[in-house]
Amino acid sequence: MSGHPARRKRTNALMLGLTALCALLSASALFAILGYIAWKGASAVSWAFLTRLPVPVGETGGGIANSVLGSLEVVGLAALIGVPVGVLGGVYLAEYGRGRLAFWVRYAADVLNGVPSIVVGLFAYALIVLPMKRFSALSGSVALSVIMVPVVLRSTEDFLRLVPGTIREAALALGVPRWKVTLRVVLPSASRGILTGALLAVSRVAGETAPLIFTAFGNTFWGRGLLEPVATLPLTIYNYAISPYDDWHRQAWAAALVLMLFVLAVNLAARLWLRPRAAN
Amino acid sequence: MNLLAMDAEQPAANIPPPAGAAAPGAPRRPVVMSVRGLRAGYAAGAQALQGVDLEIRERTVTAIIGPSGCGKSTLIRCLNRMHEVIPGAWCEGDVRLGGRDVLQLDPVVLRREVGMVFQRPNPFPTMSVFQNVASGLVLNGERDRAKIAERVEESLRRAALWDEVKDKLDKPGTGLSGGQQQRLCIARALAVEPRVLLMDEPCSALDPLATARIEELLLQIKDQLTIVIVTHNMQQAARVSEYTVFMLMGELVEYGETQAIFTQPSDKRTEDYITGRFG
Amino acid sequence: MTPAAAPERTSSGARGLVPVPGPRERAGDRLFRLIVTGFALLTLATVAALAWQLTRGSLGTWRAFGASFLWGRTWDPVNDVFGALPFLYGTLVTSLIALLIAVPLGVGTAVFLTELAPRRLASAVGFAVELLAAVPSVILGLMGMYLLVPAVRFVEPSLERWLGFLPFFRGAAYGLGLLTAGLILSLMILPYVTAITRDVLATVPRSLKEALYALGATRWEVVRGVSLPYARPGILGAVFLALGRALGETMAVTMVIGNTPRISASLFSPGYSMAAVIANELAEAVSDAHLSALIAIGLTLLGVTIVVNGLARLLIYRLERPR
Repeated sequence: MSGHPARRKRTNALMLGLTALCALLSASALFAILGYIAWKGASAVSWAFLTRLPVPVGETGGGIANSVLGSLEVVGLAALIGVPVGVLGGVYLAEYGRGRLAFWVRYAADVLNGVPSIVVGLFAYALIVLPMKRFSALSGSVALSVIMVPVVLRSTEDFLRLVPGTIREAALALGVPRWKVTLRVVLPSASRGILTGALLAVSRVAGETAPLIFTAFGNTFWGRGLLEPVATLPLTIYNYAISPYDDWHRQAWAAALVLMLFVLAVNLAARLWLRPRAAN
Repeated sequence: MNLLAMDAEQPAANIPPPAGAAAPGAPRRPVVMSVRGLRAGYAAGAQALQGVDLEIRERTVTAIIGPSGCGKSTLIRCLNRMHEVIPGAWCEGDVRLGGRDVLQLDPVVLRREVGMVFQRPNPFPTMSVFQNVASGLVLNGERDRAKIAERVEESLRRAALWDEVKDKLDKPGTGLSGGQQQRLCIARALAVEPRVLLMDEPCSALDPLATARIEELLLQIKDQLTIVIVTHNMQQAARVSEYTVFMLMGELVEYGETQAIFTQPSDKRTEDYITGRFG
Repeated sequence: MTPAAAPERTSSGARGLVPVPGPRERAGDRLFRLIVTGFALLTLATVAALAWQLTRGSLGTWRAFGASFLWGRTWDPVNDVFGALPFLYGTLVTSLIALLIAVPLGVGTAVFLTELAPRRLASAVGFAVELLAAVPSVILGLMGMYLLVPAVRFVEPSLERWLGFLPFFRGAAYGLGLLTAGLILSLMILPYVTAITRDVLATVPRSLKEALYALGATRWEVVRGVSLPYARPGILGAVFLALGRALGETMAVTMVIGNTPRISASLFSPGYSMAAVIANELAEAVSDAHLSALIAIGLTLLGVTIVVNGLARLLIYRLERPR
């Protein structure tokens, strides 16, 4: 704290001003992105766009109906696999997780959480696509579920730990077996938080592209079951974006707007859902 | 005392008429729970109970008093094996419920017979008032709705809460006042129809008015079941109990009729404590 | 009625200690415990299977090239010659550019949020930055291709004029390249740097700050003298965590990096990253050697991210523990 008081004051104002500028830049990034996507995408989104199949290059009026449905299918199946695994694993960590095994499970979840999504895709490729010799919706879902599990697992553990021990004791003291206490009393008490974690995990994988490139692969028609390739929204955006056709670029923007709205809706729903509980 | 014979007899058979504090010379009621050489602790080294012997008589109120950390809570938590819920906790000794060895019983079965009310009211946050009271029955597989409804009303009446909540049975249990929540927890415990009800400082989180209501309620239900209440409040012990146990540093110092303990304690340490010289 | 301590009776009534859970666990409880333990093990098994699959799949490459795979400069699928150095280089350079931009910006934002902003503004700005992490990578890539690439192409000549004495800012202005990829990446890791730094700064004890205020220090002097030094390990953890994200980020990078396996000092030059080459070539890899080389790159990427994330966790965990 040396120097002339006036100079110290000036430094103070300058540096604090810089931090405010940083915050302005960081926050405006989101709005710039959302605004730009809305501007570029809105003109091409229509009911027809959402409900029609793609058309060959040169024809106009193609849609992304198969991608929307495919995304719902792949993400839905991923949630069906990933959420139960994550929740039950989280129950283990919160209710029984003390020993060395729990340490390794937590460590594995942390590792899995940091594994790049492309590597997860590679794993699903080696595990499912290669042995079955075909790209499939199933392999895409497995890849996405691997990404979901650590997110759901750790949030489930955290929210179960927030359930007061007195609640468990009250139920045990009524002569209720421990497994029933966990399933019927403790889990419902944490259900909001667990659902939030699951929704955040869904919003994260809904936009994942890299693990789908060589698993779900893509399809210009409707997907025909879980063992066939299927189109998904993020992958369609990618394929259209790197294509040389202007019409496809336009559709990429429109599809990006649809995907962004879906991801934002799920994400915001999860956060707002949790909020009333946090206020209590 | 023939413990095995007692278990078989009909409870109503030879119970003397209820008295306030048992008058000296009045016939003693049969023992429902007995404790011999009970030691317990929370970790390998630490010992919270140093060999406690105690008999709890049917349809009486037994108060356990003593300074904090003396092992009162540990003692009653051993009676329904809630003690072992804490990781690392251990206990050894002989605890009997109507002649049966408590440490050999299935804790789940034991806890239906020996219920518990905790220091802080802990209604289940996801359940309504009705569901809270019904929870013990429902979670243990009772399906008969009429029977459940009947038992809920009966329990709420016994807990002196029915008139206050009969119009908001569907509201969340956590929405009630602190004193009401604690009576809700008592009703929840009563609904399982335990033989013994353990209460771990049930009034310590409540204001004096709510405390008075709970004490009143204890006096009303004590001829229906056995109550063991841990309290740091000596006046409360004197008001509600027939028997009083004084504990100090994990040892049972003195045990006897409440009136006797408070008027002529036989141990110097008890006298010091109840006259406020320490603790 | 006063029982004396009776040790002989105690020992006669004594039985073994009752540990938790009790020796005779109920069948239902045991079944439930086994089920949830099984699901927990599934997570462990997934990580093991992941490492195993990638190791097995890349054995051919390690046999053929050994560790020199990592510093081989040639990537020639036609002749089955594979070296990963161009991808390692591209991944590293783009990640470093991203850190250079995102760390000052994120730390600055976090300082503003914790030290300066009124609570409501702080939570609104924090929310906006956190939501940035929810924007799918492919959408940022799309914006990168059609917004950032032309902008960078436009700026590059001026950069060369002013900073051309450095080898990093020379060469033809393609727009597509390491610089653009780094810029997009910085946007993607900004939320992580900001959120963790904000949480870490919130743990600085008020008493420390007040001590300095009491000496007449300005706000900035308190931030520089107390808050930032106190939070340094946590901020370093945030940097590593962000680095882990940046290293493995695929789509946005793939779309703007230029996809050319070349090592050039110039940031204007197109490059390639580890994730990008897997994304581009795996579905079309026909030869076993090519496939194996791509999986070997995946395994390398996995190893690097595990180490980097491990360091991050160590730094952040050490800070969180005393709380």
